[in-house]
Amino acid sequence: MYTEKVIAEFTNPENVGEIADADGVGEVGSPTCGDIMKIYLKVEEDRIIDARFRTFGCAAAIASSSMATRMIRGMTLSDAWELSNADVVDALGGLPEAKVHCSVLARDAIRAAINDCRTRRGLEPRETGSSRCGGGTGCGSCPENG
Amino acid sequence: MNDLDRHPVYMDHAATTFMKPEIMAAMAPYFSRYFGNPSSLYRFARESRNGVDGARRQVAAAIGANPEEVFFTAGGSEADNWAVKGAALANRERGDHIVTSAIEHHAVLHTCGWLEKQGFSVTYLPVDEFGRVDPGDVEEAITDATILVSVMTANNEIGTIQSVAEIGRVAHDHGALFHTDAVQAVGAVPIDVERMGIDLLSLSGHKFYGPKGVGALYIRRGTRIENLIHGGGQERGRRAGTENVPGIVGLGRAIELATADIEGHNRRIAAMRDRLVRSVLGSIPDTRLNGHPTERLPNNANFSFRYVEGESILLLLDARGICASTGSACSSGSSEPSHVLLATGLSHEEAHGSLRLTLGDANTEEDVDSVLEVLPDVIGRLREISPLTPVRARIPEVD
Repeated sequence: MYTEKVIAEFTNPENVGEIADADGVGEVGSPTCGDIMKIYLKVEEDRIIDARFRTFGCAAAIASSSMATRMIRGMTLSDAWELSNADVVDALGGLPEAKVHCSVLARDAIRAAINDCRTRRGLEPRETGSSRCGGGTGCGSCPENG
Repeated sequence: MNDLDRHPVYMDHAATTFMKPEIMAAMAPYFSRYFGNPSSLYRFARESRNGVDGARRQVAAAIGANPEEVFFTAGGSEADNWAVKGAALANRERGDHIVTSAIEHHAVLHTCGWLEKQGFSVTYLPVDEFGRVDPGDVEEAITDATILVSVMTANNEIGTIQSVAEIGRVAHDHGALFHTDAVQAVGAVPIDVERMGIDLLSLSGHKFYGPKGVGALYIRRGTRIENLIHGGGQERGRRAGTENVPGIVGLGRAIELATADIEGHNRRIAAMRDRLVRSVLGSIPDTRLNGHPTERLPNNANFSFRYVEGESILLLLDARGICASTGSACSSGSSEPSHVLLATGLSHEEAHGSLRLTLGDANTEEDVDSVLEVLPDVIGRLREISPLTPVRARIPEVD
């Protein structure tokens, strides 16, 4: 059901771990949903110089985290904010319909980390336009979607 | 198995089994030489008829029934649908209440859900932490309107075996019919429909080394039950459709083999399973065995590994050539993990972290060794990735 790219990214994920002196940390999902994604950013001026993750979840969630952190390394914060879940899906060579919400989680975790970074710098967090697990994915476990 | 290259270690026998060569050999002539329709009158079709009749005697002998009480179906799900819908609809003037358990297979649960839409009421009994239905709860749930009690013999996910004889007696004490889904139990739990007070029993060929797409429903003589499949007069007018003759012959041979030495078979399988369970619990911290410690199918091991998710475990095992199964469902729309594990009181996280390994007749001690070699590594890798893993349970980071 998964593309070879997804399996390769899942079996050999990059950027697993934490950043001790991270400038922004974002966590989305819940054990109830079966996915938790936590993304750590190291930022110099406006550029992401390191991105790492820890994820509890299925192969698609782990592959999405790995791919998304690879993609935003070296990006400016505003470019990283614009990374869409479709960009992650494309980079993975596609995800099964039922797993697309994992790519939404990756986008949301990045945005949560960027907002954490903004808050630490005394800036207003940006409107994420999402509930904590991506919302609207029909998951059913979250009270927001129930 | 011919698939040894691709799947060196198959431990998903609760999903389906391979077919034993002697069963395939028994079926073979009925695909070609004896292709006649058992309903035809000419002598040539007689062999087909004999094949079906012989299989009916084999199934009856295996469960302590009379051959005329055995009806062939296209599998376990059809048998469950027929038993539950057929008994409910035929006894509607006597009552509209059904008692079942929260951990039944979906073939029973979804059928009960459908009957609720038709105006029946259904009580879904809870289970204890080991997955056992308390016969006392069955007694309490029964009302004057109860027409059917349906509780599975053994659970497909956690392997827990129910007190079937006791539940059957409770049902009969109150004038209700008793159905049991024995799809996972045949060949592991000795079945005697008389002694166990069973009126209706479902079974399926591909769970005990027979063919897929063929099963049977035992219907005690005199049981009021509507037909499910309408049409021709096959199966003595109870189940229409030209018989799947090779499949039925295979099912008959399979159940004969599966029930020839249940005790010896269980002893051999359980010895391997017990070593697997002991070693997994001993070598992987923060792990629990789901299901009952002793009252469980001899081939079933079901674990929950904290901090990790089942599909990930499954795919990493697959990459290392091990076939297993999980109660996790990590997808939008159906992200509820196993209803069975949740019913035993597991948290969502624990249910998502479940892994089922079910052994079979081709498994060896070497297969168990392979799993014991690979599994700790797989769990360790995923725990390294998971944000839920406490520091004490992490492998020291090498960066």
